[in-house]
Amino acid sequence: MSIWEYANPKKFMQTSAWALPWVSGLAIVLLVVGLVWGFFLTPDDYKQGSTVKIIYLHVPSAIMATSAWFMMLAGSLIWLIRRHHVSALAAKAAAPVGLTFTVIGLVTGAIWGQPMWGTWWAWDPRLTSFLILGLFYLGYIALWAAIEDPDTGADLTSVLCIVGSVFAFLSRYAVLFWNQGLHQGASVSVATGDQVSNIYGAPLAVCVAGFVLLFVTLVLVRTRTEIRSRRIKALMARERALA
Amino acid sequence: MKALLLRDLRLALRAGGGFGLGLAFFLMVAVLVPLGVGPEAALLSKIAPGILWVGALLACLLSLDRMFALDFEDGSLDLMAVSPLPLEGVAAMKSLAHWLVTGLPLVVISPVLGVLLSLSPQAYPWLVASLLLGSPALSLIGCFGAALTVGLKRGGLILSLLVLPMYVPTLIFGAEAVRRGAAGADAVVPLLFLAAISLGSAAILPFACGAAIRANLK
Repeated sequence: MSIWEYANPKKFMQTSAWALPWVSGLAIVLLVVGLVWGFFLTPDDYKQGSTVKIIYLHVPSAIMATSAWFMMLAGSLIWLIRRHHVSALAAKAAAPVGLTFTVIGLVTGAIWGQPMWGTWWAWDPRLTSFLILGLFYLGYIALWAAIEDPDTGADLTSVLCIVGSVFAFLSRYAVLFWNQGLHQGASVSVATGDQVSNIYGAPLAVCVAGFVLLFVTLVLVRTRTEIRSRRIKALMARERALA
Repeated sequence: MKALLLRDLRLALRAGGGFGLGLAFFLMVAVLVPLGVGPEAALLSKIAPGILWVGALLACLLSLDRMFALDFEDGSLDLMAVSPLPLEGVAAMKSLAHWLVTGLPLVVISPVLGVLLSLSPQAYPWLVASLLLGSPALSLIGCFGAALTVGLKRGGLILSLLVLPMYVPTLIFGAEAVRRGAAGADAVVPLLFLAAISLGSAAILPFACGAAIRANLK
């Protein structure tokens, strides 16, 4: 049994139908636990007050915004190399989700930045690279929408995704590359150092896990929708041919 | 390869429109901005580096959609695809031709526009150097965008949506080099970054272009 079995749409539909309730259920549980714990059961920061709690939305969505692009990159590479339609459709399905996470990251950052930095927006390298990542998502979605032939669309968007991953990589590690600017360094990392304290760290970890599962759930649902709409199109084409 | 380059250059020079259009647009930007923000020299010289770079970038964008579109419509692109020259080579030559008819004239004319925008005198060498090093990246990245959208009926708008985010690093380092030059500071580091972007694009993007054209011709 190899992983490529799931490239078969039928097999993928069966497995994902079985997995969806578990994944989505776990995502809901983790999100509820993480967010309630984070919002109501942690103390206010001595400097930031209660605004510190936006970290439970900001950090996970920022992590997922860049991770989504890497997932799309993997899907695109599999499509280009092995021509499995499911992987191209999964990449297509992930793009709007990634864009949403990018927007959430930007908006929550702005809401936090207003009282803390005194500004909604600054042309800081990290913020800018994140905004560009959002524009890349827009371009990717627009390119998918503009091309009529699905296979050509998959090819072209895959190439775009590979080129765009340079920028996704930049905005992922922009937190580490540049020391200038307003945005603080990574406050969550495996390496020891300047980190958030455990009071905030533990619910944050739960939230990140919840966002990962939320992403998986949304991508599975959207991929299933794509496969079904592809099937409907094929059925309608066949009926037209028979009529 | 040489034949293709010469053909593209000849087409660009003789068919008119495309060649002069970018330059004229660049000139218009440099004329319109002082009219819009007022002729104050201090303000103009402050924003001149950014305006010149944004103008160059938009002028470059203007001519991108004809890079492959005409050849795609009349079938020459199919002929190039079956010719012994690989599509990657075609893409590289197309980018080079585009740079020669769009980027290089922009570099040459930019000091004149610097005068219009009262750019400070010590910035001129940096302006020319930054455009010289950065504009090849504009052509190469644009070539990739044009290759992605060549089969689309209304590709122009998507082309700019795809290409402009990719132009951002070039713009940042280009304008930064000129700004540092104008302030009398050392601008070598942003220039090195520009050269790195151009060389990296030249090494990688023709292959992405080739793949995109191949997908579009299928």
